[in-house]
Amino acid sequence: MKIAFDKLDKAFENRVRLQIMSVLAANERYDFNSLKELLGITDGNLASHLKGLEKEEYITVHKSFLGRKPNTNYEATEKGKKAFKDHLDALEQLIKQQKLG
Amino acid sequence: MEEKELQSELASIRSIMERSSKFISLSGLSGILAGIYALIGAYVAYEILGEDATHVMVRSRMPVDTNAPVTGIFHNDGNIFDMIAIRLAIIALIVLIASVTTAILLSTRQAKRKGQSMWGSVSRSLLFHMAVPLIAGGAFILILLLRRHYGIVSPASLMFYGIALVSASNFTFADVKYLGLCEILLGLIAACVPGYGLLFWAIGFGALHIIYGARIYLKYDK
Repeated sequence: MKIAFDKLDKAFENRVRLQIMSVLAANERYDFNSLKELLGITDGNLASHLKGLEKEEYITVHKSFLGRKPNTNYEATEKGKKAFKDHLDALEQLIKQQKLG
Repeated sequence: MEEKELQSELASIRSIMERSSKFISLSGLSGILAGIYALIGAYVAYEILGEDATHVMVRSRMPVDTNAPVTGIFHNDGNIFDMIAIRLAIIALIVLIASVTTAILLSTRQAKRKGQSMWGSVSRSLLFHMAVPLIAGGAFILILLLRRHYGIVSPASLMFYGIALVSASNFTFADVKYLGLCEILLGLIAACVPGYGLLFWAIGFGALHIIYGARIYLKYDK
């Protein structure tokens, strides 16, 4: 059972990070404000978690302007998508094991 | 981590993926109401067309054929015919406005309840993908109407509406896709059976909306 726990990605230990990756797995791109509204968290909180995921190279940032307003979009990298999938597989594995045990 | 915790983790992932990519606040009730408005509209239109309904509809659906026996209505009074067309257009417009208003009001209420943004990136994508076929189709129908091809209205509006629904369905319940496919099919049938435009219109915008609305209402509204 310990092996499966090891497979869980440390980067996703935090719920917000896992939620961000879920959104980016389901959508090609997502912008900062929509993300904030969806998750119902503060600017600072969201920004710090996005930074964390960026550092892991799980997401990339696209900055642009909509008129005069800055518009920041996020996209999951291949590495990020794989990590997310592996994490889900590990979760699934854990549930299976606990059901058997 | 306990099993329950794991389950809730997976459930939260699933829910956030759905909420982030699909507009799940479409109101089923508004579908039912839109269907009822359409049926009322179709009934009023039928009354306006009077007992000559089938007669007028058949005439209107025939291509201009100089060899065809010309009936009174068509021959003497192109004006009367235009006036009927205008009155029908007004009814259609009222039904459209009432349906859209109801949909916006009820979906806003639903969005509040489900904690989804009414004007977020998802609903914007939904509207955009719906608007393109609708505006294209609307303009197309208007152009043909101005050229007095009245028979095109019913099949074309059903088809373009169906295409709009299928194109928007990626951003909401899968049921919308099936509604769209039914409308397209109905439009094609209507095109094959000229003279029954109003009937097909009532089935497509009335009956199908009520069935679809009831389905959404039972499945997701609560």
